Amino acid sequence: MNLKRMIKSNLLTSITRFLSGIGYRMIARVWRLGAGTRLFFLTIVYSGESFRRFHLTLREIYFTGVMSLLIIIVSAFFVGMVLALQGYNTLQKYGSSEAIGVLVALSLVRELGPVVTALLFAGRAGTAITAEIGLMKTTEQLSAMEMMAVNPIARVVAPRFWAGVISMPILAALFSMVGVLGGYLVAVPLIGVDSGAFWSQMQANVDVRDDIVNGVIKSVVFAVACTMIALFEGFDAPPTAEGVSHATTRTVVISSLTVLGLDFVLTSFMMVV
Amino acid sequence: MERTKIDLWVGVFVALGVAALLGLALKVGNLTSNNLGKTYSVSAAFENVGGLKPNAPVKSAGVVVGRVADIKFDSKTYEAIVNINIDQRYVFPKDTFANIYTAGLLGEQYVGLEAGGEDDSLKNGDKITQTQDAVVLEKMISQFLFSKASESESDSEAAGAKPVNKKSSETKSPEAASTELGDTPF
Repeated sequence: MNLKRMIKSNLLTSITRFLSGIGYRMIARVWRLGAGTRLFFLTIVYSGESFRRFHLTLREIYFTGVMSLLIIIVSAFFVGMVLALQGYNTLQKYGSSEAIGVLVALSLVRELGPVVTALLFAGRAGTAITAEIGLMKTTEQLSAMEMMAVNPIARVVAPRFWAGVISMPILAALFSMVGVLGGYLVAVPLIGVDSGAFWSQMQANVDVRDDIVNGVIKSVVFAVACTMIALFEGFDAPPTAEGVSHATTRTVVISSLTVLGLDFVLTSFMMVV
Repeated sequence: MERTKIDLWVGVFVALGVAALLGLALKVGNLTSNNLGKTYSVSAAFENVGGLKPNAPVKSAGVVVGRVADIKFDSKTYEAIVNINIDQRYVFPKDTFANIYTAGLLGEQYVGLEAGGEDDSLKNGDKITQTQDAVVLEKMISQFLFSKASESESDSEAAGAKPVNKKSSETKSPEAASTELGDTPF
C-alpha cells in the first residue's frame, strides 16, 4: 500500500513539475518579449545621438553592410542562375521560355531578395552584433559606460540598430538586381532565350509600386526585426562564455523564424486587392 | 571633419544600393514603359470582357496608344463598362471599333482599336458604340461541337427523306458523326 502511494505521489509530482516547467518557460518567453519591446522603444528614444554623432552609425554600417556585400552578391548570383535554370526546365514544356525573365524577376523582387538577404544578414551580421554586445556585457564594459554617465543604449545599441535598418534594404535591392543579372546570364547566353523578350516581358509584368516598393517595405521590416533580435539577445545574454554562445545561437534561430513568419503576414497584407 | 577609409566604403555601399534600386525600377520594373503623358478617357461597353484587367494595354495597329483605366459592371444593361485612357497625341474618329483580343493563343488580353471613317473625333468622356466581345475559348469549342452535331443530324434527316436508302444511311450516320468528332484536334 505504501509503495503504491509513493508511486502515485511520485507520478503526481512529476506531472506537476512538467506542467509548471511549461508554464515557467512560457512566462520567461513573455517576459523576454516585453523586455525586448522595452529595449526597442528605448532605442528609438535614445537614437538622437546616433544621428548627431553619425560616425558611430557609419562605422556600424561598414561592419554590417559593407562587410556583408560579398556573401550577398555571390549568393544572389547563384540564386538567380538556379532560378533561371529551374524555371526554364518547366516553362519550355509550355513553349513560353521567354517568360523566364518574369519568373526570375518577380520571385527575386517579391520574395527571395528580402527573405534570403534577411536570413544571410542574421547569420553574417546578427551573430556578430550579439557576440559583440554579449562580450561587452561579460567584460563589464556596459556597466563601465553607465558609471561614466554614458548611456550604453544610446552609445552602443542605437547606432547598430540604425546601421542594420539602413543596410538591409540596400543589401536586398542589390540581391534582387544581381540575381536578375545572374538569371539573365543563364537565360540569354547559355540557354538562348531572346534578350529583347527577356527584358520586355519582365518590364511588362513587374510593377514598380506593387512589386518593387513592396519588396523594399518587406526588407525594412525584416531589418528592424533581425537587428532588434540580435541586439536584445546580446543585451540579455548571461555574462558567461556559455551564455554568449547560447545567445548567438538563439539570434540565428529566432531571427530566421521571425523573418519567415513575418514574410507570410506581410505577403498576405500586400496581396489583398 | 576628417575623412576615413570607412566613409569611402560606406559611400560605395550606399551608391551601389541606389544604383540597384534605380536598376530595378528602370530595367526590371515598368517605370519606363508605363509613361503615357496626358491622356483622355473614353468608355466602351462590352457584353463579355473575358480576362481583361485594369492597366492592360490599348493597341491600335499593334502600337500601344493607351491603357485600360478600370472595368465596371452596369447593373441596368448587364454589360461591362471599360474606361480607357488614350494618349492625347493620338486622335481617333467617332466610329472607332473596339475589340478585345488575346496576345497569342493563351496570352493576356488587350483592347484593340480600329479607326472608322468619320470626320468627328473621340473626345474626353465619349463612348465607343461599336464593340466586339472577348473570344471565350470554351464557347467557341461548344459552338463548334454543336454545329457539327446539327450537321450530322440534318444529314440523317436528309437521308431519311429517301426511303430506298433508309437502312444503310441510318446505320452509317452515327458512325460518320463519331469519326468527324474524333478527327477534331480536341
